[in-house]
Amino acid sequence: MGLTTAQTIQEITKNHLEKENGLLLGQCVTAVGWIGGTVPDCNGIMEIPMTDVAGSAFAVGCALVGRRPIFVMRYQGFLWYNCSSLINYAGRSKQVWGVPCPVFIRCIGMEGNGVGHTASSCLHSIMMHVPGIPVAAPMTPLEYRAVWEHFRTHDDPIFVSEHRRSFVLTDEMSDQRSENSKITLVAISAGRLNALDAVARLQESGIPHDLFHVMWLKPFAASPELLASLSKTKLGVIIDSDFEIAGAAQSFAYELMLRTGAKIHALGLEDRVCGVAPAVENITPSAEKIAAKVSQLLRA
Amino acid sequence: MTELQTSERRRSPDLGMIPDLPRQFGKEFALELFRRGNFSHHFELKVREAGEKKILSLPFYLSLGSEFTAAAFSMVCKDFMIFAQHRCHSTYLSFGGKPEGLRDELLGLPSGCAGGMAGSNAIHAPEVKMFGHSGLMGEQVPIAVGAAAGSGKPVLTICGDASVEEDYIYPSLGWAATKKLPVLFVCEDNNLSILTPVSVRRKWSPADVAQSLGIPAVEITDDPWLIAHHAQNMVKNQLPGFINIQTVRVLWHAGPGNDGPPEWDRYKLVVEQLQELGLGSELRRIDTDNQRKANDLWDSQLHKQSKK
Repeated sequence: MGLTTAQTIQEITKNHLEKENGLLLGQCVTAVGWIGGTVPDCNGIMEIPMTDVAGSAFAVGCALVGRRPIFVMRYQGFLWYNCSSLINYAGRSKQVWGVPCPVFIRCIGMEGNGVGHTASSCLHSIMMHVPGIPVAAPMTPLEYRAVWEHFRTHDDPIFVSEHRRSFVLTDEMSDQRSENSKITLVAISAGRLNALDAVARLQESGIPHDLFHVMWLKPFAASPELLASLSKTKLGVIIDSDFEIAGAAQSFAYELMLRTGAKIHALGLEDRVCGVAPAVENITPSAEKIAAKVSQLLRA
Repeated sequence: MTELQTSERRRSPDLGMIPDLPRQFGKEFALELFRRGNFSHHFELKVREAGEKKILSLPFYLSLGSEFTAAAFSMVCKDFMIFAQHRCHSTYLSFGGKPEGLRDELLGLPSGCAGGMAGSNAIHAPEVKMFGHSGLMGEQVPIAVGAAAGSGKPVLTICGDASVEEDYIYPSLGWAATKKLPVLFVCEDNNLSILTPVSVRRKWSPADVAQSLGIPAVEITDDPWLIAHHAQNMVKNQLPGFINIQTVRVLWHAGPGNDGPPEWDRYKLVVEQLQELGLGSELRRIDTDNQRKANDLWDSQLHKQSKK
C-alpha cells in the first residue's frame, strides 16, 4: 500500500526542511499528534507563540528572505485572524513591489466530533476572494504532490485547504462519467468523499450521473470533459465543505452556468452557525443530503 | 539602560540628551548626517510645493520634522534590512533609495519605485533592502521579526506611536526577545494618531513594554546624535533593542497643510549644532547643493505635470 496523504505531507515537509533550507512555522505543531502525523521531527521547525495575527506575519518575513516557509494553521477557523498578513502582504507583494513572497499556507479543515463553530468547516472561499494567492484543496497523495510541485516551481504564496478526512487516504479519486447521465456533480474538499457515497446511492437507484473532482479552486479551470458533461445534462450541483452562500460552490456554479447554459446549484454548509451537538452541526453535505438534492432536482 | 519615568510623560527637545555627543562623533559624521537629512528636507519641500499646487493627486505623508531621525539611523545601521511604514520618505532617501523612483511613485508614474502601485505610504527600495509596506499600520514589525528569524541578519523596523499600539506589536517584541533576534525596533513618537494625542489613547509606554520583555529600551528626543549614540550601542551590544523617539510632525497627517508652528524645530536645532561645531560654511554649501538637486529633480516633472 502506498503512503497516506498525511505521510505524503510529512515526507514532502521533511525534504523541504532538511534539503531545501525551508522552514515550517506554526503553533503547537510539535505537540500531541504533530498535526495528524503530517509534521516530521526534524530541524527547521519554528514553534511560534500563540499569536494568531503576528504569527502569519512572521512567516511572511521568512518568505521575503527566501526561506519558502510552510505556515500551518491547525483549524481553518483560525484563518480569520491569521489571514491578515497573508492577504495584505504575501498576496500583494509581487504585484505591488515585484517582490515574491512564497508562503505555503497549510490550513486544515475539520468537522464533526463536537469541534463546534470556530474550529469546524472549511473557509477556502475567503482566500479565493482576494488577489495574488492560488487556492487548492488536495485530498489524495498525488494531488498533494502536484500542489507542492506547483509551489516549488512558482514564486506565489499558495493557500492549501486541507481536510483532516484526507489524511488517511491512499487512493486517488477519478472522475466518473456515464453515457446517459442526467446530472453533473462537481465536488470539492471533503465534499468529494460524501459525493462518492452519494453517487453509489444514485447508482443503486438507477440514476445515471457524472461526477467531477476539483482540486484547483483558484484559478479554476473547468476541464473540457466537465464543460461537455454540463452542456449535455444541462443540470449540475457543486458540492463543497465551505459555506454555500457567496462561496466557492456558488462562484463555480455562476461561472459554469455562463459557459454551458446549464442550470447549476450550489450545495455547501448552510447559512447558520455550527453547533457542538450532532443535532445542530453544520458540516459538509452528507451523502444522504446530496442524493436527496439530486432526486429533487431531477423530479423538478 | 535608561530609567523610564513614563507615569509622567514629558515631551521635550532635550529628553535624554547627553552632552558633547556631536563632538565625540566628529565633523565628518556631522556633515554626512546633515547632507542626508538636508536632502530629505529639500525633497519634501518640493513634494509639499507639488501638493500645494495640486500637481500631486495621490495622498502623501511628509516626513518634514523627522528628516534627521532617518539620517541618524542610516549612519549607524549599515547593511540592515528596513521595514518602515508611511511617513518614510526620509528613510528611503537617507538609506540611499533612488530619489527619481520616489518622485515618480508620488506622481503615480510607471517609473516609480513600485510602478505607481504603492504610493507614498508603501514605498520600497530593493537597492537598499527597504521592503514595502502594505498600509496596515505596524504590520511591518512582525514581518521584520520574521525576516530576522528567517535570515539571522539585522533588521531595522520603524513604526509610529499609534501603530505601536497594534495588537501584533507585543508578540513581535516578545518573540524577538525570546529568540534574541537582531531587530532594532524604533517608534517615531510624534504624539499624534492623526490628531488624537497619546494621552487620550493610552497610559503605558512602549519602551516600558519592551523593557519588561527583556529588550533594552530608551525613550529619547529626536536629536540625531543622541539617536545615533543609542542605536550604535544597541547594535554593538546585541540586538534586539527598542528606541522610542519623540519627534515632531511639522505638517498634517497627510498632505501639505499645517496647524501652526511645530512643537520644536529639530531642523533648526541641527543647523545651530553644526554652526557650533564650526561647520557653517560647509553647511551652506551642502544646503545649496541639495536644494539645487531637489529643484532639478522636481522642476521638470512639475512643469510637465502642470501642463497636463
